Amino acid sequence: MRGRLGAVTSTTIVYAVLLLAVVVGAILTAAHGRNFFSVGNVDNILTTTSILGFIAIGQTLVILGGSLDLSVPFVVSLASVVGGGIMAGDPGNIVPAVAVALLIGAAVGLANGLIVTLLHVHGFIATLGTGLVISGYLASNYKGSHGSAPRDFRLLDATRIGPVPISTLIMIGCAVAAILMLRRTRLGHHLYAVGGNAEVARLSGLRTPVPVVAAHVICSSLAAVAGLLLLARLSVGNPTIGSQGGYDLMSIAAVVLGGTLLAGGKGNIAGTLAGVAIFAVIDNVMGVMQINPFLRDVVRGVVIVVAVAVYARREIDARPPRFGRQLVLDAEPEEVR
Amino acid sequence: MRRTMRGAIASAAVLVVLAGCSTDDVDEPTDATASETTSEDTGDAEEPADDTEWFVQADYDEQDAQRSATFEGDEAEPWLQYIDGEMTDTSEFKADGAKKVCFANASVSNPWRQTGFITMTQQLEALKDAGAISDMEVRDAQDDDNTQLADIDYFISEGNCDAFIISPNSTAAMTPGVERACDTGKPVVVFDRGVETDCATTFIHPIGGYAWGIDTANFLSENLEEGDKVIALRILPGVDVLETRWAAAEKIFEENAIDAEDFFTGADPTEIKKIITDALNQGEVKGVWMDAGDGAVAAIEAFEDAGVDYPVMTGEDEMSFLRKWEDTGLTGLAPVYSNFQWRTPLLAVQKIFAGEEVPKEWVLPQTPITEDERAEFLEANDGMPDGHYAKFGGEDLPGFPEAWQDR
Amino acid sequence: MSTITTTETTARPELPAHQGSLGARIAAGMATPGGAVFVLVAVLLVSIMISNPNFTDPGALIRFAGRTAPIAIAAMGQYYVIVSGEFDLSMGAVIATQVVLAGNFIGQDQGRILPGIVLMLVVGALIGVVNGLITTLLKVPSFIVTLGTMLALTGLVRYITGGAATGNPVDDFRQIGRGGIQDVPVVDIVPYPLIILVALAAASVWLMRRPFGRTLIAIGDNPAATNYSGAPLWSYKTRAFVLSSLSATVAGILLVGYAGVHPSVGAGYEFTAITAVVLGGVLLGGGRGWVLSAAAGAFALELLFTLLTSLGVPSTWRDTVQGLIIIAAVAVSARAWQVGRRPRRTPSPTDLSAGTPTQPATGTTTGDS
Repeated sequence: MRGRLGAVTSTTIVYAVLLLAVVVGAILTAAHGRNFFSVGNVDNILTTTSILGFIAIGQTLVILGGSLDLSVPFVVSLASVVGGGIMAGDPGNIVPAVAVALLIGAAVGLANGLIVTLLHVHGFIATLGTGLVISGYLASNYKGSHGSAPRDFRLLDATRIGPVPISTLIMIGCAVAAILMLRRTRLGHHLYAVGGNAEVARLSGLRTPVPVVAAHVICSSLAAVAGLLLLARLSVGNPTIGSQGGYDLMSIAAVVLGGTLLAGGKGNIAGTLAGVAIFAVIDNVMGVMQINPFLRDVVRGVVIVVAVAVYARREIDARPPRFGRQLVLDAEPEEVR
Repeated sequence: MRRTMRGAIASAAVLVVLAGCSTDDVDEPTDATASETTSEDTGDAEEPADDTEWFVQADYDEQDAQRSATFEGDEAEPWLQYIDGEMTDTSEFKADGAKKVCFANASVSNPWRQTGFITMTQQLEALKDAGAISDMEVRDAQDDDNTQLADIDYFISEGNCDAFIISPNSTAAMTPGVERACDTGKPVVVFDRGVETDCATTFIHPIGGYAWGIDTANFLSENLEEGDKVIALRILPGVDVLETRWAAAEKIFEENAIDAEDFFTGADPTEIKKIITDALNQGEVKGVWMDAGDGAVAAIEAFEDAGVDYPVMTGEDEMSFLRKWEDTGLTGLAPVYSNFQWRTPLLAVQKIFAGEEVPKEWVLPQTPITEDERAEFLEANDGMPDGHYAKFGGEDLPGFPEAWQDR
Repeated sequence: MSTITTTETTARPELPAHQGSLGARIAAGMATPGGAVFVLVAVLLVSIMISNPNFTDPGALIRFAGRTAPIAIAAMGQYYVIVSGEFDLSMGAVIATQVVLAGNFIGQDQGRILPGIVLMLVVGALIGVVNGLITTLLKVPSFIVTLGTMLALTGLVRYITGGAATGNPVDDFRQIGRGGIQDVPVVDIVPYPLIILVALAAASVWLMRRPFGRTLIAIGDNPAATNYSGAPLWSYKTRAFVLSSLSATVAGILLVGYAGVHPSVGAGYEFTAITAVVLGGVLLGGGRGWVLSAAAGAFALELLFTLLTSLGVPSTWRDTVQGLIIIAAVAVSARAWQVGRRPRRTPSPTDLSAGTPTQPATGTTTGDS
């Protein structure tokens, strides 16, 4: 019904690319006298995956709903400084700190969602705007690192089950919850419907703003979770930690790399996780090979474009003939009539 | 939303259980270090009030005194000079043979760091030839705290490192990483920005941000009248080595009734020129203060284009500023955040494995370039690109000068 | 064909910009977001003059106009891409590339100025062609393509130059962005960047009145209909990307003159340009807006920053104000564009999905695939 075949094959390709990246990565790593699958290396990949993972899961939902979220890095930073400030090294403050950080995240998401749906502002501009608002607030009120995380909270980062960091498990837990939400709940189905074609969704009697707002709220909340995780890792809140990671554009790139359509309506979380993992593997291998940091950006840029070009071509080739090549540019009037 | 929250709560519950019973060996060292920092941090959190976050009078006084301190060692090799103080006994590390060094670099994203990294690479060549160091593995965090922590952890578990060199991306956030490196029992050398632990074998840095602020603000105050307007161009907020420069300068400007207004530029010359042009539009500007000289030329050109007199100005020992300073003949000072400190970490590693004691806190000289000394530095660095720093201190290293000229 | 055109044009009868006489257009235009930005510019200008009397000096004004020219030119370039329904995020990276190219290729050699300019234009055009062809022929969303070009170009330039250019190019070349016609009465100086801006603006207006411009808007408005009418989408969109990269190149030439060589010149220009375009009432997703409004949007943005400075607002709060303003401006213009369209409930998510229309976006909802 939801184009399952298409989704499956698309995700299959993503995982094939991931497998390829792992194999090539393992060979290159071995050529440098290292073991790709060693505990330390896997740990390195997983810890770098989990932060971007949280954000990319949320970004997937927002993109599925036909919007975008460029404000995530600032929500990450905000959650990290607010959380760190409230905790102030006292284990008794962990619960309120987490609650407040998540609430702030949700509030930003709510604002994003309402601006997009009620004020009819394009998601790109709406979230660019809220991101700037938060960025100004952070720069004006937080000079340098702020607050501190108590030891109990830092265990969130330090604890591992076997080679797997607890943060990665939480990330996977959130991913499973999001997958269930998309597959099993009405909200999930509506999100696909609105993202695929808002007009059709509206004519079918959906309240189109609801899923879009919900996606934004979840996305910003997950960004806040990522911020808290970074707080646990860094032990202090940092007002620029989100921008340092470039999570806005990298999360969008990971989502699209994972086979989700940037225009919305099609894609899934599993693909996104693979997209994030592909970036993590590439970064890891480039790190082992000590590739010039500037050259790494070149590799990232080329990988993004080439990988997405592969999916995009496949999607078009698999299309029934009556969807002519140029016609795919058009999403809505086709069904309206 | 609710589902995700529920998921998060469920996972959190699992976490609490796991954390309670986890007896991983990974947990051990974290326990020890975490409790240590916690106590430190709580002490810290009470201390800084909002305005004085970057101004600690004791540090200011200390650096003020260090400006005129006597440095041990040969003046011809300032990168090995230090202020007399507590030394670390390194006899436990004494070992023969070439050692492998792992270097976790914050980034090479500005000309100062690029110049320094070239110097470090050439120093490595020299030490390889001397048989002291076999190899240096570098991981570059591209200005990201999270990446640098992962880099350090990677080195600890996979790097087969004999010693660690860390140039922290930020002070507080990198503390846990440096502590984990210390826990390996191998020598750890920290340089440039500091961390909130003294576990490192040696912490190498020039005198510091307050000294920069004192040198520059004193110079401007001496050359300006009370009430004169000074534009302070700052790169970005929240970086301690930059914030302390401004904190000290702001204090001195206030004391001398200099009317200083600060702006953030992101080191973008377009932004710098706009700020100066707008300020000139508002009224007369007598002085320009910079917390780093990158982009100084654009600031000077803004005065040229507006057709007004040159300001009294402090830039940095970057070649672009020194050249423009000479061309225009303005009254200026080139403060220095000693770029030659990039040589010191590898030399420190050599000393450590030779069992020689090293300063616990290795304070390097930091002397501004005055107008009288300018010609000498311009001549010595002739042919270097604009983004080169005059006090890079690599004249005697292999590959000089090509390695610095062809970037 | 007829079905589609009627559905769309009757729904948006006020799309006036490029038909009718000049006078009629100005009159009707002021009521549209694309016209309102000129009012905004005027209001901001008066506010600045009140808060800082020095700004009333014609010389100061014209210098302000001169230094805003690079942003306005970049915004006009971004306009072509946005109005055809795409994004160009590579703009800042293109500017940085050209700035470094000018520093390293031209250097202090007088004789290399002309070859240098030609080289920069060729490189600019080439980047545009690559962006355009990957977007149109390989069907990769332009957001992703230009994000990729942005990363690749920035990295490549820094890798090749080791992060820093050798030095500023020769002064004669920098005069293009720094100098002007001297000793003009009243204003004292007419900056070259302003002259270049005016020339490019005139050319842009002319271009948008040509079949190319009309088709470009039509493509952004309704690619399917335009496709039926036989216009080759890939060719039009690729040309839009080329125009965008060339504009970035010109902005780069002006900026290297204005500010000098530095890898951070041009940083963030893509977002500034998109913001300016959107402030000018141009609809993200394409099909609406006037090219001069994009340039006016750039002026409004710069005036806003100057106003904040002269009001003594701390520079750290600048982002916040900018964020609020662009949300408000777009919210207002989203309303305004809807006046006369379908009565209520015009769904914004439709606009959103039209934001990246090269996506084959039917898969999950139609059940056709």
